[in-house]
Amino acid sequence: MALLEIHNVTRRFGDFTAVDNVSISIKAGEFFTLLGPSGCGKTTLLRMIAGFDLPDSGQILLDGKDMVGTPPEKRPIHTVFQSYALFPHMTVADNIAFPLKMAGTTPDEIRSRVREAMDDVRLSNFGNRFPQELSGGQKQRVAFARGLVNRPRLLLLDEPLGALDAKLREEMQIELINLQKERGVTFVFITHAQNEALALSHRIAVMNQGKIEQLDEPSRIYGFPRNRFVADFIGKISIMNAQVLETAPSHLTLSVAGLGEVTAPSKEDVKVGDTGVLAIRPEQVRISHHAEEVELKNHFIGKVQGFLYVGDVTTYIVELPNGARIEALLPNSAPGRAKFFEAGDPVAVSWRHDAGTFLND
Amino acid sequence: MRRSNIWLWSAAALAYAFLYIPLIIVVVYSFNDSKLNAEWVGFTLSWYVALFNNQEMLTAARNSLTIAVSASFCATILGTMAGLAIHRYKLKFLPVLVFTPVAMPEILLGVALLLFFLQVLNLTLGMISIIIAHTTFCIGFVAIIVRARLQGMDESIFEAARDLGASPWQTFRLITLPLIMPAVVAGALMSFTLSIDDFVITFFTKGVGEPILPIQIYTMIKVAVTPEVNAISTLLMLLTLTMIIIAAKLDSGVLRREAK
Repeated sequence: MALLEIHNVTRRFGDFTAVDNVSISIKAGEFFTLLGPSGCGKTTLLRMIAGFDLPDSGQILLDGKDMVGTPPEKRPIHTVFQSYALFPHMTVADNIAFPLKMAGTTPDEIRSRVREAMDDVRLSNFGNRFPQELSGGQKQRVAFARGLVNRPRLLLLDEPLGALDAKLREEMQIELINLQKERGVTFVFITHAQNEALALSHRIAVMNQGKIEQLDEPSRIYGFPRNRFVADFIGKISIMNAQVLETAPSHLTLSVAGLGEVTAPSKEDVKVGDTGVLAIRPEQVRISHHAEEVELKNHFIGKVQGFLYVGDVTTYIVELPNGARIEALLPNSAPGRAKFFEAGDPVAVSWRHDAGTFLND
Repeated sequence: MRRSNIWLWSAAALAYAFLYIPLIIVVVYSFNDSKLNAEWVGFTLSWYVALFNNQEMLTAARNSLTIAVSASFCATILGTMAGLAIHRYKLKFLPVLVFTPVAMPEILLGVALLLFFLQVLNLTLGMISIIIAHTTFCIGFVAIIVRARLQGMDESIFEAARDLGASPWQTFRLITLPLIMPAVVAGALMSFTLSIDDFVITFFTKGVGEPILPIQIYTMIKVAVTPEVNAISTLLMLLTLTMIIIAAKLDSGVLRREAK
């Protein structure tokens, strides 16, 4: 049975529907992420799970029990807040001990559990410090320790890494994955950072305007976005208008105006004559010198418009004969070289027949 | 020093002189060994001795202290509650209603309270009526200070407490109250200083029996400004100043440290 079940939950604020008939089922031990732009309803949904807000309709069940009449303090669910929300007048140890005290744990037990929790987040010697004496990363770890110490059934994380700089963020992501694995606590994580969601989650629900656009594993969300919103929101993607010419069990044949035929992976619910877009990731596009022999089926001639060097890789923007632009990513494998092609170079772009995805309008 | 700096400093010096010279003169003359406030004769503490032998003055001081302590106690509780409510239920008219008595001309409030006590409550004027009156105008000050402190705080701290298992009452006792305590104490001290030297409202709401300090001082200078008045004024000033300094320290210093 699912640990947390969200059944047709809707929440309105006046005319605005923040969460629109959302259903999600989360398994015990899962690292589940709600991903979406700000205002997509993910925070509202999180607040309803925590008990700070109630659905207008629908149900939230934890272990099969409806949570509607249960106030936040009675739910075995803890939250790690974006601002950390550490109690400024309490030491690190007292902050971590707080949920245990509230639960009526004995003083001896509290002492040993707090020590254990501080060891887990590598803050063993910080027990007597006050929150304002800690760095951002340390505060963050105290917040994790405090959220986990009383072994909640569910830990909600509200953009907890949002305030950290990029380097620290990556470190904390790895720490978070380990912490979740060790404790086996179910995590519901919310973020607007797609790379964070992809890196951390077992499953992701992409939300937009109060609805779930796609709920899937990270690799499927990234590789097979269900619609244009998901394709655009997650990662970089090039998009070209296309029409379906032919459907086969193994592949689709698309017609791209001014370019010709393109082969794409087959997809359910696609009929001949459907219009939509062909979406393809930059790293799936091969870029090679104009004259080079290319064995791939989808290959076209273009001209380098520009490039973006970010160190490990360079993204080339290639203009195709039909005026569409396609991005191709190339790792900078040759030391000291920032690019392999110059702007204006005629090049060939190609991709495998099973790369890219057709998205209906 | 640049030219603009000189001007700025002189302007500041002038403003401070304007504010403090009269007060300094009162303090200096309270130690003057002469019955006249005219020239400096020599240092003495005799006016303070005379003051502490003045039975009526002592009674007035005791009455004023009783009123100030009671009124600031009541105002602190009610004002804190008001501050919390205003912060929580972000309604527009609520703050205005609480803060209005603060800005209202004292004479108006005095008359209104007098009428209210006599005609509505049918109360005999005395200590009780003064305490109620002082509580009325102090509530707003406490509410403003408490609310200002709440506004500077991260709202999610209170949600975090609930989230981690604290009931609403536990959240108030263990989180909210300790965090707003500096503001509550500052509010109490402010109320005390406002109450102890209030003249106008006290004048309207006092009974006939008991002497009250500011009114007692006024009665004394109607005869002559004796150095004894200087002495009591100096003491009153010292008390007020101490409380205001503590209040200011509590309200700003602690706030800055903890809000981070």
